[in-house]
Amino acid sequence: MGQLTYLKNVVTLELDEEKCVGCGMCLIVCPHAVLSMNNGNAMIEDRDLCMECGACARNCPTEAITVQAGVGCAAAVINTALGRDASSCCCVIEPAEDQGAQVKDPKESSQASCC
Amino acid sequence: MSLPSLNQPFVEGSVQTRVGAVPQVSSSLAWADRWGSVKARWGVGRMHYTIDSGLYALGSPDGHSPVLVTANYKMSFDRLREALPGRQAWILVLETEGINVWCAAGKGTFGTEELVRRIASSGLEQIVSHRELILPQLAGPGVAAHQVKKLAGFKVIYGPIRATDLPSFLDSDLKANAEMRQKTFPIGERVVLIPVEFVSALKWTLLMLPVFFLLGGLGGPAGFWSNALDYGLFAVFALLGALVAGSVLTPLLLPWLPGRAFSLKGLGIGLITAFIFTAFRAGNLDGWPGRFEIVGWFLMIPAFSAYLAMNFTGASTYTSLSGVKKEMKWAVPLEIAGGVVGLCLWLGSRFTA
Ligand code: SF4
Ligand code: SF4
Repeated sequence: MGQLTYLKNVVTLELDEEKCVGCGMCLIVCPHAVLSMNNGNAMIEDRDLCMECGACARNCPTEAITVQAGVGCAAAVINTALGRDASSCCCVIEPAEDQGAQVKDPKESSQASCC
Repeated sequence: MSLPSLNQPFVEGSVQTRVGAVPQVSSSLAWADRWGSVKARWGVGRMHYTIDSGLYALGSPDGHSPVLVTANYKMSFDRLREALPGRQAWILVLETEGINVWCAAGKGTFGTEELVRRIASSGLEQIVSHRELILPQLAGPGVAAHQVKKLAGFKVIYGPIRATDLPSFLDSDLKANAEMRQKTFPIGERVVLIPVEFVSALKWTLLMLPVFFLLGGLGGPAGFWSNALDYGLFAVFALLGALVAGSVLTPLLLPWLPGRAFSLKGLGIGLITAFIFTAFRAGNLDGWPGRFEIVGWFLMIPAFSAYLAMNFTGASTYTSLSGVKKEMKWAVPLEIAGGVVGLCLWLGSRFTA
């Protein structure tokens, strides 16, 4: 089965080609083949496939990639909006911690996660 | 040094190392392991399905054997060892509070810090002569490979996404092909997610059913109980139909349902469900009360189904947070409006002469 695509033109993924040293780590960790290698530089091949997991940004040694990482989970978004913890559902919400320099937290300053 | 307890039901023995007795496990699962997975899939005791974190021996590994890293969710651990029959390896289990690798990586508990800490506390440096760790690729959101190298001296190698690809990964010089690196969402994977979705939605649907049944008795042409058995009982079936549409059929048919937004997918299947159910009430279409009732269900069933479908974004493997927020901006108001207007029409139909 091919890749499923979610909504178009929404993701926050950015790549600064100036900073990229072409190590290829981002290609390895991306679970949706969003990135590709072009003349020794990473490039965004299909941004609509990105799920904002943040793996590429976290593993880029030169901080060339930024993305507002988070988990695309409606229940978590609802629970964040209601300001409650979601122990009844699969999603767990935690107050934002410092997630490392290159991974920007969502604006709501909380990280939601599902399993 | 802290080693996992030897007193865990799946531990079969121990391997003596320089740092002490490392619990030994095999790649064949016992009946109890399988039953545990079934229960976890149905949401029974899922939050406490954990094993001790630390180092384990799969088979009889030595100083040159590979080190595989996983989470302390028992199912993650079982999937890993089950995939490696006849292999000798070390398995380093991180403390993720019983959460699987991907979710824990997203939360940051399966992260650089915990990995570095666990490398030190397990005495791994004294057990293996090499300095390489194989991590599941889906640990990427939590682990920064270059920082692990800097802080602990171990090189992180990202293995395939699926544990079942590990044997061929190990046999091909730790190279993963493009297919091993892509997270797909095939039907088998969607099916195992349905029980948890269904059970959690069923819990509060069951609370609504008696309310709707009794509301069905109010007003209307006949006495309270005969009304309840007519309108109320239909409401019960309609709600259960919407539940199945949103939490079972939507995950099952996901790629084939029209629309990209999950709410749209749930809406479509909800409309079909509404068609099928209201067909049984078509006899009432000649009067206004009957028409109101049917229109009411045409709003409530799709709204409920769309809402449940929207909640499946959390379990899916390809939705982004930005996308979910965008979807919810229009979907949630519509779902609420559909539910409320539908409910008013349905209740109103009972008091229309
Ligand atoms: S955020 Fe995740 S899905 Fe998006 S490009 Fe990076 S690794 Fe790929
Ligand atoms: S990880 Fe960073 S430096 Fe390496 S190829 Fe990707 S963008 Fe370039």
